[in-house]
Amino acid sequence: MSVLVYTESENGKLKKVAYEVASFAKGIADLMGTSVTAVTINAENVDELKTYGVEKVLKVSHDKLSKFNADAYAEVITQASKKEEAKVVVVSQSANAKYLAPLLSVNLNAGYASNVVALPKLDDGFVVERTAFTNKAFNMTSISTDVRVLGLSNNAFGLKENEVSLSEEDFSPELTDDNFKINVKSVDKNKDKVSIADAEVVVSAGRGMKGPENWGMIEELADVLGAATACSKPVSDMGWRSHGEHVGQTGKPVASNLYIAIGISGAIQHLAGISASKNKVVINTDPEAPFFKAADYGIVGDAFEVVPQLIEKLKEFKANNS
Amino acid sequence: MKILVCISHVPDTTSKINFTENDTKFDTTGVQYVINPNDEFGLTRAMWFKEKQGASVDVVTVGGKDTEPTIRKALAIGADTAHRIDTIPLDGFQVAKELAKVAKDGEYDLIIAGRESIDYNGGMVPGMLAKLIGANFINTCVSLEIDGEAATAVREIDGGKETLKSSLPLVIGGQKGLVEESDLKIPNMRGIMMARKKPLNVVEPLSAETQTEAKNFRKPEPKGEVTLVDADNLDKLIDLLHNEAKAI
Ligand SMILES: Cc1cc2nc3c(=O)[nH]c(=O)nc-3n(C[C@H](O)[C@H](O)[C@H](O)COP(=O)(O)OP(=O)(O)OC[C@H]3O[C@@H](n4cnc5c(N)ncnc54)[C@H](O)[C@@H]3O)c2cc1C
Ligand SMILES: Nc1ncnc2c1ncn2[C@@H]1O[C@H](COP(=O)(O)O)[C@@H](O)[C@H]1O
Repeated sequence: MSVLVYTESENGKLKKVAYEVASFAKGIADLMGTSVTAVTINAENVDELKTYGVEKVLKVSHDKLSKFNADAYAEVITQASKKEEAKVVVVSQSANAKYLAPLLSVNLNAGYASNVVALPKLDDGFVVERTAFTNKAFNMTSISTDVRVLGLSNNAFGLKENEVSLSEEDFSPELTDDNFKINVKSVDKNKDKVSIADAEVVVSAGRGMKGPENWGMIEELADVLGAATACSKPVSDMGWRSHGEHVGQTGKPVASNLYIAIGISGAIQHLAGISASKNKVVINTDPEAPFFKAADYGIVGDAFEVVPQLIEKLKEFKANNS
Repeated sequence: MKILVCISHVPDTTSKINFTENDTKFDTTGVQYVINPNDEFGLTRAMWFKEKQGASVDVVTVGGKDTEPTIRKALAIGADTAHRIDTIPLDGFQVAKELAKVAKDGEYDLIIAGRESIDYNGGMVPGMLAKLIGANFINTCVSLEIDGEAATAVREIDGGKETLKSSLPLVIGGQKGLVEESDLKIPNMRGIMMARKKPLNVVEPLSAETQTEAKNFRKPEPKGEVTLVDADNLDKLIDLLHNEAKAI
């Protein structure tokens, strides 16, 4: 009766989010008086999971699983959950985890709560807090099924060290052709860039940048900070930047540690999608821009003057602090 | 090709979010309801399949009578038939089960839903529906082509895109990209007139069970004042981000 956590990897290496979901699973296991088992798919070294409270790892290695396949991955996690008789299954809210979680939930006949932000309350059933109305509110959701699937919002829990001893076990789920009815033809991933979902820092720019030709400084600022780049909706609608960079209520959500908004007014639909970010900085010529009401730090100024100076200062800072 | 578009009826993105009855119910006072934006992209893509490939397009919503203006709008945009499953949506699983019945009975080749509804942001219904009816499922779909029995889709992944091939029947969780913003149609007078004559079937619910229950809500703590930094004093900003926010 353990808590099962799906710890994601990429090219054999566990992702940072794997340690966050493991930390969260450990928190739940402590509340329930049980232990954490992780399941990994084609991950090589899983030892580090012990630092975050994982006592057992079911290691799955399978050629056919080298590319992500939601149905097959959901099947693997389903079989691992049944084997462990897990009552709670924890996944992240990466694009892949959001894709597989509803499939997993039907497989296990388990109630699913997405965008969970805190440990469950167990005194009256099983109740979790999740975001709703695109971060404009939180909702307490009770889950009535015997098994539950929880999707943990990125950066909502953080990493919590909790060293235990860990055992590894090879696990061979049974998969059929039915699990592989969808085939990946090609993957187009920008390898040198951090994705918005994984980024600690996001540098985002809006219509105030006047045109796509001015994005050089935005990219450079992102580069100095090791950040992902993002944009407001009109910027992607006009084709200045790709749709994948559009953040906000109808774009991607951002839950980074630092969000820098340059030439973005702060419309309600934009703010809704980024409000889960911990620290927000706005750079805007207009002191009345609504973003100043939502930001932690603000600079009233012209991006074309401020950003190049900020890049220089940050380079200096990085040189002195590394 | 038979297409079903799942439409959720949600508060407009500019709505004030407030709660009543001891913070247990969403306050609908003054709230305008619209077709969920992700579904509107899907519906518009379905119209393309109708015009270019002769597909038929039905729309379905699970909801009370108050959702009828929203599905009428979908008819005015060009859908052929609407189904309203007459029950209040309570959780993703219940909605998926209700939709599964209509989806099965109608033998649809393609079911277009949205990546998520902008009210509860569950992101559950399309995947659950696919699994319940044994159809393939592609989430965060930003491009979709159908050629006979095969679909080619592009989905957004963290940091990029992936191209997938799938057989039909297929359920997608769609979003912007399926069509461009500028392709979205505002219903014209003719569409609105025609929609009045189109069938809107009220479907008896199965009374499917729920697995989760939304209890009370709370709003985020009000934010403190912004700390303004002079544009000539960027060292100060860096100092704050480093020492106070611990963000760099
Ligand atoms: C249904 C719906 C959904 C939506 N969803 C989203 C969403 O998900 N994400 C989103 O972003 N938007 C969304 N929007 C759009 C949103 O309402 C705003 O229109 C949009 O966010 C504005 O983008 P912006 O801030 O880049 O542009 P603007 O509002 O034009 O703001 C530009 C800002 O740049 C400043 N500026 C100008 N020059 C400079 C300079 N030299 N230096 C510094 N600052 C300068 C200006 O003072 C201004 O504040 C949605 C709208 C609707 C109706
Ligand atoms: N009540 C509903 N009626 C019809 N379709 C729905 C309903 N709720 C959700 N959907 C569909 O499922 C998608 C995802 O919704 P959700 O899982 O609630 O985030 C929506 O974009 C709709 O396409």
